Amino acid sequence: MNSNVAALNKLQTLIVIGNGMVGHHCVEQLIERGALDHYRLHVFSEEPMRAYDRVHLSEYFTGRDAESLALGEASLYQTPGVTLHLGVPVLEIDRARCQVITAQGCVAYDKLVLATGSYPFVPPIEGAEGDSRLVYRALEDLDAIRAAASNARRGVVVGGGLLGLEAANALKSLGLEAHVVEFAPRLMPVQLDEQGGRALKAQIERLGVGVHLSRGTQSISPGEEYRYRMNFANDEFLEADLIVFSAGIRAQDTLARQCSLEVGPRGGVVVDDHCLSSDPNIYAIGECAAWNGSIFGLVAPGYQMALGVAARLCNEAAEPFMGADMSTKLKLLGVDVGSIGDAHGSTPGSRSYQFIDETTASYRRLVVDATGKHVLGAVLVGDNSYYDTLLQYMQNAIALPVEPASLILPSSEGAPTLGPGALPESATVCSCHNVTKGSICSAIDGGCTDLGLLKSQTKACTGCGGCAGLLKQVFEHELIARGVSVDKSLCEHFAYTRQELYALVRVEGVITFEELLAKHGRGHTGCDVCKPAVGSILASCWNQPIMDASLVPLQDTNDTFMANMQKNGTYSVVPRIPGGEITADKLIAIGVVAKKYDLYTKITGGQRIDLFGAQLHELPDIWAELIEAGFETGHAYGKSTRTVKSCVGSTWCRYGVQDSVKMALAIEDRYKGLRSPHKLKFAVSGCTRECAEAQSKDVGVIATEKGWNLYIAGNGGMRPRHAELFATDLDDETLIRYIDRFLMFYIRTADKLQRTSVWRESLEGGLDYLKDVIIHDSLGLGEELESQMQLVVDRYECEWANALKDPEKLKRFRTFVNDKRPDPDIHFVQERGQRRPIMAAELNLIPVTEEIA
Amino acid sequence: MSQPTTRRSAPQENTGAWQTVCEQQDLVSNSGVVVWLDGAQVALFYLPAAEGQTLYAIDNHDPQSGANVIGRGLIGSIKGDLVVASPIYKQHFRLADGGCLEYPQQRLRVWPVRLNGGRVEVGVV
Repeated sequence: MNSNVAALNKLQTLIVIGNGMVGHHCVEQLIERGALDHYRLHVFSEEPMRAYDRVHLSEYFTGRDAESLALGEASLYQTPGVTLHLGVPVLEIDRARCQVITAQGCVAYDKLVLATGSYPFVPPIEGAEGDSRLVYRALEDLDAIRAAASNARRGVVVGGGLLGLEAANALKSLGLEAHVVEFAPRLMPVQLDEQGGRALKAQIERLGVGVHLSRGTQSISPGEEYRYRMNFANDEFLEADLIVFSAGIRAQDTLARQCSLEVGPRGGVVVDDHCLSSDPNIYAIGECAAWNGSIFGLVAPGYQMALGVAARLCNEAAEPFMGADMSTKLKLLGVDVGSIGDAHGSTPGSRSYQFIDETTASYRRLVVDATGKHVLGAVLVGDNSYYDTLLQYMQNAIALPVEPASLILPSSEGAPTLGPGALPESATVCSCHNVTKGSICSAIDGGCTDLGLLKSQTKACTGCGGCAGLLKQVFEHELIARGVSVDKSLCEHFAYTRQELYALVRVEGVITFEELLAKHGRGHTGCDVCKPAVGSILASCWNQPIMDASLVPLQDTNDTFMANMQKNGTYSVVPRIPGGEITADKLIAIGVVAKKYDLYTKITGGQRIDLFGAQLHELPDIWAELIEAGFETGHAYGKSTRTVKSCVGSTWCRYGVQDSVKMALAIEDRYKGLRSPHKLKFAVSGCTRECAEAQSKDVGVIATEKGWNLYIAGNGGMRPRHAELFATDLDDETLIRYIDRFLMFYIRTADKLQRTSVWRESLEGGLDYLKDVIIHDSLGLGEELESQMQLVVDRYECEWANALKDPEKLKRFRTFVNDKRPDPDIHFVQERGQRRPIMAAELNLIPVTEEIA
Repeated sequence: MSQPTTRRSAPQENTGAWQTVCEQQDLVSNSGVVVWLDGAQVALFYLPAAEGQTLYAIDNHDPQSGANVIGRGLIGSIKGDLVVASPIYKQHFRLADGGCLEYPQQRLRVWPVRLNGGRVEVGVV
């Protein structure tokens, strides 16, 4: 005890000012390195929420919410010894007293880390204020843009750099006509050369974004057709309803100036190779720091600085910061843009290879050194598949092939790749977290054979995510090199994954489990893992009645009896109520059945009615009555289409813009009976108020003035996930076509029992890849997926109606095959006017007979 | 798991003979049905294609959930043993001796069982 108190007294205080991406990374690194053994850690943040992912900020407008953008686990800041002060800006640093001053008081420090980041530079322009002086930096700024956009038609971004184009994308996704105004004669002047800028401009203009180069805004005045008019030289002007400034960043060094730390000529806290400022107790990292006169506006160098400082504060050896590679690859407005090293070829003696395709507006430039042996830099517009290889050539000084141009020329085999085996141990795979191939290898040597585990152990690919493809290649290459084969077998009977079995069933037209087991499996029986999985695959492919003799033994217990088993062995019954729409007569019919069989009745979250407490032998009678009243099975027991929730839409609601119930009925009618790796839930909302909660469903549809917005891969339940906006303003036919393709592609490629949300997150290439496959038909699968879906739709039959016609199938619905009595061990008690299963404790009232030995 | 039980005692120890419980046509291939046997509930699993024994009789009572549901479980083979998975919590019982793979303290009673002509007979001892 006493030693603990002594240890507490010895703790120093470490303060981190700023909880952006870099500040957060520093805290993570500090905690991981045991900093809490030496320090009490206080983190101050001006913003009201904890660190979030600014790199993916534009996704805030396409369905991601603030919480899902947050970095790391909230629990990090609940670690004892760590205090996070949100919404508490530091007002002053008193270096003489070693304390920081906030509106809430003073906190003394022993060590201080400045991670205050940067702020958007807005040139002083007369008339710029309110909605004509928006910026794009923090979530708060995005809220302001969204508010300004609600009554706007046209938006302009001032600044054609990386962030400016991101902002233009944001305006576009808010439904505005977007324009970019750039002072320089080309877009992205820092990263791209003239040709690259030209290609990018051509591509962006094709997407309907206006690009205005060599324009300096001199003033802003009231507009005639739009709210504002931007006045350029020569009496040129452009009108818009809102104007976003993204004309570069400035280091946020206000505190440093106030406390007289040394500040660079162009701003930024001057730091040495250890990120130490002119005060030996104060460090500065990220965009607020100026190293060697430069400010680094990317996340990777910021993370490097954070890592170095965290290591030093924990008395570990730290690599000095020696500048950073500013290579970057991104997708701007859907256009691939990559810039590596000396993109402008400004190294004396350097030579360039260029490839220009004016048809597709693609451009690639390779810059090599005077000897022609090494890559110095590259520019890519239109296709980033060349990026990883070129970057590795440059970073690791790998000798160029005899014909260097082959690295950027189109080839029928796709972009050239540098095998992961060719990379040296020192090659950086993930530059955000500075993970080398060597550290990946040692993680594998340490027993890590799972990619997800590798990511969490090494942090590789958990920053910007740009290295995902390379990481996977290195990982798989190294596993194979070690003779490890990753066992993805479904179970001991099939040495295949679900996806592989699906392909075998499709290609070979397999229609029974026995056939698949005989051809591709082991043994004669299977198990409770492979049988339901194969049963589901067979149903997804061929949609034959699941009660057919050969299919019955495959079904999981609920599918076998087409009802949901509850804890006492009784079943619940859910008739389909499409779209949640039901007539009074049908409601009465359900009531009559519930009353007759004394069933506990509850409204479900999917807008239908669940009837509990039916015994096995009662199911056929209950269903005969429900079918007589016009109901069909609701498939509540299956890994299959469940419900399509809807609001009343334009029929009744004063806000509705489309008939959401009609669309819900169409969707439910089309996909009812579709079996899939996991259950599927849908919803249709009649307007943007979203009363049907479509954004928490596997497939969500929200009405717009012009048609339907499609959202995919959302989830409620244990691990909620907001659905992502997939396509906008679709007509009915296109909407259904995309859903057909999406569902069938999911069924084809998902793992067993994998919800769409998890599947989507594990998809290599992410949402963009999925859009390519579904919308642009990049794999040429579109028609095939649609016709496979059509087969399932055409073969739909209510399983209960089918079973009731066949005495053979009904044989199973007997509690005892040799006795008419019900299960004597099922007991109910009354509660709130209905019956419920008796609890174990209440069973004491029943005489207990002798236990069988 | 200690839970009050309502299970009945075994059939009266009278003859040690075979007792007919149902017809062969009552069985469902590769799946289970349940018979009432003088107060006991016996699940019958029929695997016509299995090598060796094709018919098994095992207690219908799931000790973990307390519900009579074993006859509605899925059958499979795990490391060479034929097993049934309880439909509620999915633990596996060997058809041959009733032993539980996951929880050795759970053990189901098994009965001798045979097909005799078109009849299913359970040995009551």
